[in-house]
Amino acid sequence: MPRLITTPNIGRADAFYERLIDVQDSLSEEESQSYNARLILILANHIGELGVLEQALEAAQLKRP
Amino acid sequence: MLQDRYSLAFKLYPYARSADQDKPKAARHPVIVMGAGPIGLATALDLGRQGVPVLVLDDHEGIGKGSRAICFSKRTLEIADRYGCGSAMLDKGVVWSVGKVFHDDRQVFEFNLLPEDGHRNPAFINLQQPYFERFLFEQIQTEIAKGAPIEIRGRNRVETVTPNADRVALTVQTPEGSYQLEADWLIGCDGANSPLRGMMGLDFEGRVFKDSFLIADIRMLADYPTERWFWFEPHFKSGASALMHRQPDDIWRIDFQIGWDADRKEELKEDNIRKRLDAMLGDDVEYELVWSSIYTFQCKRMEKFRHGRVIFAGDSAHQVSPFGARGANSGMQDVDNLGWKLGLVVQGKAPESLLDSYSEERVYGAEENIRNSTRSTDFITPKSKNSYCFRNAVLDLSERFEFARPFVNSGRLSVPCTYDGLSLNGSDAVTGPARSRVGSACPDAPVAGGYLLDMLGTEFVLLGLGMDVPKRQEIDGIIVKGITLDINDPSLELLRARYLGTAPQAVYLIRPDQHVAARWTTYDDNDVASALARACGKEELCLA
Ligand SMILES: Cc1cc2nc3c(=O)[nH]c(=O)nc-3n(C[C@H](O)[C@H](O)[C@H](O)COP(=O)(O)OP(=O)(O)OC[C@H]3O[C@@H](n4cnc5c(N)ncnc54)[C@H](O)[C@@H]3O)c2cc1C
Repeated sequence: MPRLITTPNIGRADAFYERLIDVQDSLSEEESQSYNARLILILANHIGELGVLEQALEAAQLKRP
Repeated sequence: MLQDRYSLAFKLYPYARSADQDKPKAARHPVIVMGAGPIGLATALDLGRQGVPVLVLDDHEGIGKGSRAICFSKRTLEIADRYGCGSAMLDKGVVWSVGKVFHDDRQVFEFNLLPEDGHRNPAFINLQQPYFERFLFEQIQTEIAKGAPIEIRGRNRVETVTPNADRVALTVQTPEGSYQLEADWLIGCDGANSPLRGMMGLDFEGRVFKDSFLIADIRMLADYPTERWFWFEPHFKSGASALMHRQPDDIWRIDFQIGWDADRKEELKEDNIRKRLDAMLGDDVEYELVWSSIYTFQCKRMEKFRHGRVIFAGDSAHQVSPFGARGANSGMQDVDNLGWKLGLVVQGKAPESLLDSYSEERVYGAEENIRNSTRSTDFITPKSKNSYCFRNAVLDLSERFEFARPFVNSGRLSVPCTYDGLSLNGSDAVTGPARSRVGSACPDAPVAGGYLLDMLGTEFVLLGLGMDVPKRQEIDGIIVKGITLDINDPSLELLRARYLGTAPQAVYLIRPDQHVAARWTTYDDNDVASALARACGKEELCLA
């Protein structure tokens, strides 16, 4: 099964992060929550692989092994 | 003492004194069915048609009025066809296959349930539940006239049940006092609140959904298309969601989600219902309010459906939310599954343990239905702010992006259950299409001017595709009918696609409920005998 990439994978990390925060800046708390939900769904569809998505759902919980 | 709990749409089996009430000792019956709802009636029909004597007891004298099931699935019609009343249902019902989903005032999704040709029955019909039950009842009368040993006793309320190792003892209340009965087998078809479950102290576990739904059936002449329309957060603000669906006789089912805290008494006042309806339909539309009620929904099931000589079927065994139409439709699949098994056991042709496979297969089916119905209900009535946020994210995206549309869940409509990997399954030796794999309900297909499912009938069948199979054989007391089809016949193209795929030939062993028991690429007497033994719960017997 394909594994979730947990090592750096975005070439220009700072640039992406800046864009992400810029978008959030213009949103209220509620709008941001909706925006993030849409973003997650868009990214999840792009990944597609259920196994990878499950690993991502797990990873985001920051559980200690 | 015998107060009605509901008023009747059709009075069909008025109370009449039975000779059993005057007997000094409890009369013994092979099978007693408790409850004459759709599932009890269908059970009686299935058993009676096999010649198994069956007595149905119901505490009312006919079919309850009011608005419950309306959507009946293709599988249900196929089962009803086998019982002889499918075409009556189809003739009266409204055929539909397209559903549209709206968010606010925008369409976000559209589905078509049966984009495929070559099935005798449509994906769904809409038919009021009282009609559905009446067609079953009328078929019972037809079968009785032909000699089927079926009896229905109205105003006979089962009040106590005492299960024993070799029989079940019952006390039955009537307008003329109570009497005793005994049964070899008792089938509990007494609905979601099953008094029988209570009498036996059995659990019914699952989830209650914290929302209520106002259901109104109205009569109006309107030219809306015959489609299922569902709104999330409708622009007309009559509820958090709304559903509109056509039924026969110019009746429309309208359904509003009105919240857990709704004041039932207030909401059920005709003026208040009309306010919601007018907002939806427009002030100038005329209609008559035929029925209204407020429902809350649960997804629950019993841990197992067989408890010795007491067997549960339909809502008494499992309950789902109505989104997906999995209530009565799954109950019909219970009957389909139980009927032939109990028939073989009562006739001494299969061991009692075969009935455990009923519980195994239908618990599996109930799990699937509960899973689907729970997912739909969670989408329709999100239980937290976070879940609401994702729900609306899906709806907002769906309008623009195709990828989000499969997430939209206004009900995943009932399809037949495939018994994957369960005990009765034999070998699956054909690399054929997945849809006709072992455990699945046979897909229909056209054959010689008719349809395959009609040809299969109600016995075990060996279906030889491009290969000869014996016409009729009796194996260890069980009749197996053989059907050989010439697969080079050009009219069998759809059948080839559905049963062979790329395989050049195949033999299917098909159960009386038209589920596939085993399939092979060549015919072999021993293979057939052992798969048949397995499908009848006689595996050990066969090995010995
Ligand atoms: C609003 C709504 C919409 C629905 N829509 C759909 C749909 O579109 N499609 C679908 O498939 N399903 C639908 N359902 C579910 C469907 O109505 C039920 O699954 C179905 O009625 C179950 O049938 P049953 O025979 O198991 O039980 P019931 O219909 O409840 O019948 C039980 C019978 O047992 C009798 N009884 C009870 N106690 C005793 C006793 N002590 N002695 C003798 N008799 C007794 C009762 O009087 C009754 O006649 C819907 C349900 C609701 C509420």
